[in-house]
Amino acid sequence: MTILNRSALLKKIDWQKYASFIALLVLILISSFLSPYFLKFQNLVNILRQVSYTGIIALGMTFVIIGGGIDLSVGSMTAFIGAVVVLLMNSLGTVMRNEFIVIIIGIATGITVGALLGAFNGFMITKGKIAPFIVTLGSMAIFRSLTLYIGNAGEIRSSNIIYGEFGMGSFMLIPVPVWVMLILAAILNLVLNNTRYGRYICAVGSNQNVAMFSAINVSFVRFFSYTLNGILIAVSSILLASRFNAVSTSNMGMGFELDAIAAVIVGGTVMTGGRGTVWGTVCGAVILGVINNMLNMVGVSPYLQGTVKGIVIIGAVYIQRQKQ
Amino acid sequence: MTSEFSSVIILTAYKRSYIRMSGDLLNMENVILKAENICKSFSTVEVLHSVSFTIRYGEILGIIGENGAGKSTMMKILSGIYLQSSGDIIFEGQKIDLKKPADAKKIGISIIPQEFNLIKDLTVCDNIFLGSELRKNRLLDKELMKKKTREMLKELEVDISPDEKIENLSGAEKQMVEISKALAFKSKILIMDEPTSVLTINEIKILFRLMKKLQKEGLTIIYISHKLKEVREICDRVMILRDGNFVTEKKIDEITLEQMAESMVGRELSQIFPGKTRPSDEIVFEIKGLTIPGIIENVSFGLRKGEILGLGGLVGAGRTEVSEAIMGLRPVSGGEVMVKNRLISIKKPADAIKAEIGYLSEDRQGYGIITSFSVIHNITLVSLPSYSSNTVNWIDQKAELEAGKKYQKLFNLKAPSLETHLEFLSGGNQQKVSMAKTLDTKPDVLILDEPTRGIDVSAKQEIYHFINSLVGEGISCIFISSEMEELIGMCNRVVVMQDGRVTGILEDKDINEEEIMFYATGIREGGN
Repeated sequence: MTILNRSALLKKIDWQKYASFIALLVLILISSFLSPYFLKFQNLVNILRQVSYTGIIALGMTFVIIGGGIDLSVGSMTAFIGAVVVLLMNSLGTVMRNEFIVIIIGIATGITVGALLGAFNGFMITKGKIAPFIVTLGSMAIFRSLTLYIGNAGEIRSSNIIYGEFGMGSFMLIPVPVWVMLILAAILNLVLNNTRYGRYICAVGSNQNVAMFSAINVSFVRFFSYTLNGILIAVSSILLASRFNAVSTSNMGMGFELDAIAAVIVGGTVMTGGRGTVWGTVCGAVILGVINNMLNMVGVSPYLQGTVKGIVIIGAVYIQRQKQ
Repeated sequence: MTSEFSSVIILTAYKRSYIRMSGDLLNMENVILKAENICKSFSTVEVLHSVSFTIRYGEILGIIGENGAGKSTMMKILSGIYLQSSGDIIFEGQKIDLKKPADAKKIGISIIPQEFNLIKDLTVCDNIFLGSELRKNRLLDKELMKKKTREMLKELEVDISPDEKIENLSGAEKQMVEISKALAFKSKILIMDEPTSVLTINEIKILFRLMKKLQKEGLTIIYISHKLKEVREICDRVMILRDGNFVTEKKIDEITLEQMAESMVGRELSQIFPGKTRPSDEIVFEIKGLTIPGIIENVSFGLRKGEILGLGGLVGAGRTEVSEAIMGLRPVSGGEVMVKNRLISIKKPADAIKAEIGYLSEDRQGYGIITSFSVIHNITLVSLPSYSSNTVNWIDQKAELEAGKKYQKLFNLKAPSLETHLEFLSGGNQQKVSMAKTLDTKPDVLILDEPTRGIDVSAKQEIYHFINSLVGEGISCIFISSEMEELIGMCNRVVVMQDGRVTGILEDKDINEEEIMFYATGIREGGN
């Protein structure tokens, strides 16, 4: 009896762990039948590039959601950081000749600003004891409005020439942002599974009281997840601004919160916190990209794509519920 | 409308319809419910193996067994929460199908679950009629419901206002509301699952008096419990389950407590408690004048090396609060904590752990373990820094595994693997993991808050022996328990508390049930 029990348990755990990966494979299989162009190398690279920006944000969102939180401000934050970076580089460009140093300063500033904005969210949530949903809903409005203000609600063009190049570039045929997403995923996967912080964020998301009684600094662990998220948003924002070599203050990052949260959920992270995987989130992001790509190829109206995305999110959570 | 009114024939119903039946309890014709060869499987695992039993009108049947014996599963089948895999339930001579809880409620089987099922923001009256509200002209008939509630509570002889919010009630009062709720709808059989686990001794007395009264009025009661003495006191008959099998069924005066315990575990219990060891005279830990305004007041005691110091008292005496204050989980307004004659300041749990104090919470699932974590991850949850003491906090998972294996052997832990999540383990094994977690920080002083709550007899015994071997190695232990036998059987000294104050400290021969009760109820004070 115990042996039966054990194999049943193992099956359950393994299935949950790889569910999103299996779903991705099935989806790719179906797509390759639906369209002969799907498996073309250029198409696959395009899908990966498209999902990489929100994919990077979804990596941070994974930690936030595992810790029992949520961050709705990611889209606005992307725009704000992008605007700050481009404005800073433009004004530095007028006094400095070396564009390379300007970019380095721009990137460093962007990441610092991201960390600070994430820390702001984290601070209000842990020290202010306000629900994450409310704090980030508020900061979503704040960051967007500040972006519109500093950019006069228009497009901010970058005057830096090489900045636009590295975001468009490829390494070994794979676009730079895709590399960044994969490398970050690999690192964060180790952080989640092999370091003390990773263990603690799962503990905090699972049962905050047990974590507190186990001498874990619950506030710091949660605070840090938002700060980390802010840093990853900065990375994504820098890559995205570089791709267009410009920031559209009203459009940049629009709907990113939806894409990022969707990728996390579809990737198998439990919405109530405590459990999740980094590679699952990557799979989740790619799944959403493939679905979009397929809808385009078979000629579904782009206006309907949001409907599909919404159904996928609700469906994924519904499946999670049934398992519990 | 009238049918709704008549569906709320309250306690008076018993008097009328069953008074004639409460005569000869042993007459087989008076069988109200018969379960025949009930089996229940979850996926491929059978947890109930062909269990049969009968219940007669107006009797109190005790069902006892260790955790996992199948008591709760059986009751969930009777109350329509689970459907049996095979077997029949015959109620008042008719075979019935209980597909959902409403089916059971309809024929008159009510269950009071172990965890209260009341909405704390609603009033007593609202809770009693929840889901079966009385209406007049499509609107709620609040006056009538209130009146009915008042009558019902009066019948039960409890002094609670129908307008009181649930959150303002004590454990016993909530229990009474649960009973009223169960009885409001013509219950014929009332199932009570461990009703006394959250009650104080006085409250238990009130509950038992009420049960006797209801029995006299013709209600049939199934009483599930771990506490054999209570079963002996209140039940007419007792049925024992073990590992999903029916073991035996006896009239209560035909079975001794020892026989009950032995039938439950399936072997002879040698001595439940190990022999006490003598502590040294060296005081290793001391608290002086610990105070949390309005909760505990001026609590002082010392703990010697290798001692088991009991903390006794009624529920709500402030014992858990004392340990939480020691651990830095509650801010104190005054008092000192001394470890090995050194004054230490504890502001958060990490400080206490640094001072080599370990704490096992009374609420295992709420504060002790993470059920979605594996055995290993739970064990190392507090001691994780010692497995990851490098610059990137990288966890040495090999060392973790070694620790897991060590504790598995030490505690005789029964788990499919060390990777198994705790939600799949029994209460006793969860508690062992929780203890391993507390011990893995290698504390000198161990605070164990109700370490045997809700676990079965054999796991309890293992834990007793384990605590004993720990103090043998020189660890000192503060042992909080609401079970008198434990305090008497385990402790070198017992500090008794009442209303947040220490009322007495008992030693050696003075540790007995009467003395503890005297101090716990405040009849006597100042003993030492």
